[in-house]
Amino acid sequence: MALPERAQVQEILRGMWITFRSMFEKPVTIQYPEVKRRIHTRFRGRHVLNRYENGLEKCIGCSLCAAACPADAIFVESAENTDEERYSPGERYASTYEINMLRCIFCGYCEDACPTQAITLEDNYELSFTSRRDAIYTKERLLVPVPEGGKPTPQKVEPGVFTRAVPEMADPTD
Amino acid sequence: MTREVTLTIDGKQVTVPAGTVIVDAARKAGIDIPVFCYHPKMEPVGMCRMCLVEVGRPMRDRATGEPILEEDGSPKIQFGPKLETACTVPVSEGMVVVGLSEKVQAARKDILEFLLTSHPLDCPICDKGGECPLQDLTMAYGPSESRFIYDEKMHLEKHVPLGDLIYLDRERCIQCARCIRFQDEIAGDAVLEFYHRGRHTDVITNSEPGFDSYWSGNTTDICPVGALTTADFRFGARPWELKNAASICTHCPVGCNLTYNTRREAKSGGNVVIKRAMPRQNEEVNELWICDKGRFAYHFAESEERLTQPLVRKNGELTPVDWDEALTLIASQFRNAGERLLTLVGGRLPNEDLFNLKQLTEGLGGKVALHTYMGGGEYVVRHGLSAGSNLGDLGAGDTVMVIASDLEEEAPLWYLRLKQAAERGAKLIVANPRPTKLERYAGEVVRYTYGQELSIFDDLKAKVAGATNLVIFFGSEGLGLAGSKALAAACADLFVSSGHENTKPNNGLVGVWPAANTQGAWELGFTAGADLGAASLLYIVAADPVSDDTAAAEAIQNADFTVVQDLFLSETAALADVVLPAQAQVEREGTFVSGERRLQRFYPIVTAPGQTRPDFDIAAAIGEKLDIELKGRFPSLVFPQICAQVPAFAGLTYQKLAEVHPQWPLVDRSDRYYGGTSYGNQQGLGVHLQAAEAREIPAAPTAPALPEAEIIAVPVTTLYDHGRMVAASPVLQPRLRKPFIRLHPADAQKLKTTDGMTVGLAVDGGPVAPVLVIEDPAVPQGFALVARSMGVPIHQPATFEIRIAETSMA
Repeated sequence: MALPERAQVQEILRGMWITFRSMFEKPVTIQYPEVKRRIHTRFRGRHVLNRYENGLEKCIGCSLCAAACPADAIFVESAENTDEERYSPGERYASTYEINMLRCIFCGYCEDACPTQAITLEDNYELSFTSRRDAIYTKERLLVPVPEGGKPTPQKVEPGVFTRAVPEMADPTD
Repeated sequence: MTREVTLTIDGKQVTVPAGTVIVDAARKAGIDIPVFCYHPKMEPVGMCRMCLVEVGRPMRDRATGEPILEEDGSPKIQFGPKLETACTVPVSEGMVVVGLSEKVQAARKDILEFLLTSHPLDCPICDKGGECPLQDLTMAYGPSESRFIYDEKMHLEKHVPLGDLIYLDRERCIQCARCIRFQDEIAGDAVLEFYHRGRHTDVITNSEPGFDSYWSGNTTDICPVGALTTADFRFGARPWELKNAASICTHCPVGCNLTYNTRREAKSGGNVVIKRAMPRQNEEVNELWICDKGRFAYHFAESEERLTQPLVRKNGELTPVDWDEALTLIASQFRNAGERLLTLVGGRLPNEDLFNLKQLTEGLGGKVALHTYMGGGEYVVRHGLSAGSNLGDLGAGDTVMVIASDLEEEAPLWYLRLKQAAERGAKLIVANPRPTKLERYAGEVVRYTYGQELSIFDDLKAKVAGATNLVIFFGSEGLGLAGSKALAAACADLFVSSGHENTKPNNGLVGVWPAANTQGAWELGFTAGADLGAASLLYIVAADPVSDDTAAAEAIQNADFTVVQDLFLSETAALADVVLPAQAQVEREGTFVSGERRLQRFYPIVTAPGQTRPDFDIAAAIGEKLDIELKGRFPSLVFPQICAQVPAFAGLTYQKLAEVHPQWPLVDRSDRYYGGTSYGNQQGLGVHLQAAEAREIPAAPTAPALPEAEIIAVPVTTLYDHGRMVAASPVLQPRLRKPFIRLHPADAQKLKTTDGMTVGLAVDGGPVAPVLVIEDPAVPQGFALVARSMGVPIHQPATFEIRIAETSMA
């Protein structure tokens, strides 16, 4: 067996040096799930259905998200609000809202289509489920918690207050 | 022959009849001229200004009248200084229409900007969103931005119930007046009108109850925005989510072509459900319209009370069993049945089912009969309408006679068609003991007393003399089975003796039957008036004789064995030994024959519940156990057998029923601004049955005499009765009238009742039912009108008793 050549020894030492050097560097490994990575501003994670400050749902059950969805992952059924049982401002609310997360491709078209910014893709990317049924996120699972000071839906409200489905906006020309 | 005119629209040469407006001419040439207020079925008004185009006409020399030519020899065209509305300007020879110029585009853009000044941003929640002409045309021609100040938008009332069935959104209305004009011109119920002026213009209803019309649903089809929507479809689904399937309306003998919109729904347990019924264009039947019963009464099939599995009486109780057990039991009873077997069928069964039931029964040696309160089919089979008939062709020189029928209540589309025929110049003769709505358009009104129908025929003979074409509609107002049969015989006699032949189009008798396929049953050789009591084995299919006639209950109880096959556990079914669950019309396919003898095919729309089976298939299954070979599984296997055996059906195939040809106006869903949201017809226009060969005419029966009484109760028909096929629709509930007895004020006084009082009514010694007393001076004295299928068993003129003490004063 021949002794290693000088060049080979050099290479071994160089490699060992990298190993030695990295012992003093900050590790890149993140201790998931205890530690989580920073989410980028435009990250598209799991959807949520938002509420107004008073707790009313922003979703008006218009199905435009379902129409925009290229994967046909969203299913919406709507029903009529009354002032006795109000879910959202205006006449219409979503009585059924389901997203099949196995189908969803997180393109965010639903968010684009939504006229009331009710559906937004948020930071949650921890979507694991053990059955196909669990993969279907219902309205209850998608709705955000009632904000502080708000009331849960359905609410009993004063007649004639929440008459507009699409919120009054400033002049939309800007 | 009308003169043809050739003009040029956007560089395309078009030849159309003189008098056509430019919009229609463009439509014929396949060129879009957008409209909101114009509708091809109504008079133009030029209200919305959306159809503005440049119109040029050839110049003529004033002195000589000769056309002035350009240097190249083509006629010199002079364009007007301003744009003209293409919906009000009739075409003229050599006219040049320009719809693609910048000037026109700018005008369309401006008009849309105006229309949208106060239109709310409701599209996401609007039921019209997705099939809205305003949306479509704004996308195609509109501005992307408005110059109007957003904060100055008008905020008006939303969700105003115009009636129980129709909601108005005042903000969305663009004041095109299509709804008002429809009610005025087409329906003849002027219950809508404009109120206020300028930006405050509102559509209001002036009737009590609101929007009191049987045609209200059609206004939602032609509304070019989401201002009018139905209570039934409110937030039901978005239009693009709906699938559609062709069908035929099952509520009356007109046979309106429908398209059902369906959707799979979570709240219906993941099942496909019907979301709405829409008219399907058939210019020879229902044009673009359907009545509100056809539009809203389809819910009966999805009722929770449907039978879903076979029931057999065990120890006095109807107990669920499987099909094989039920069929085996039936087979054991029906074997060697012979003359003891009577099969009684209802007129809502499709032809294939009627045929199989008849084959089965006759194979066993039994008799078949049709359950109906109206007879006379023998005469309509012989003298009914034949190929080429179209009530839309009736006009000057033709005569239409309507006797003993309130057509608007019994077969609304025929009312509409005859009204239009009268407006086109046809002579309309209406004969009825009391005024009916159709009389407004009648050239001649003939009054007679109930029971005296036949006495007016001498008079009528003179009235129909000289008619080019003669169509006679006869109904059953105030008549029972025997009376209507005698009336039919008299009508047939009048038809023949006045020299008319039913082999000529638009000549014949039309029976205003109680059910969708009663005519089909007559054509297949069914007869009415069977005596239930004479049979010991009863097989009752799609009929509920017990609820109409107390004698039937007795007959069933006396029979050895009764099988009832129906959708619901009806009063008849409750008495049966075996109850078999059948499928509703929307769950299977088949064919119906309309009162005009038009054979039309319908298709399966939704899946059937539970273990239900179609009636023809059940008959085949019973046949299989008894070694009678019948075709089950598919109606398409049964239909060729009918065609081979029944002369009227000779030569017909399902393929022929599915044939279509272009219809005017050209309506399809791609350009909803023109004809509304009605569906075009790609699934078949139907075919007339063959005219009967000169068969022997049955001898005219004698008319039965009226019962002896000071005041006689006579049956009448109302559109919204309390039958299960109507009352099961939640949306129609508020429109259902209370059961009533309609009396002349003098008679009411004699009976010591007053208007609005609730009394107990017993007809012919039958059970007492609470009814509302309505005083109506239009009712002939000596008669009390009682509606059929409203909880009071009445099937012919009868004596009655009022019990005031039994119910409290209302």
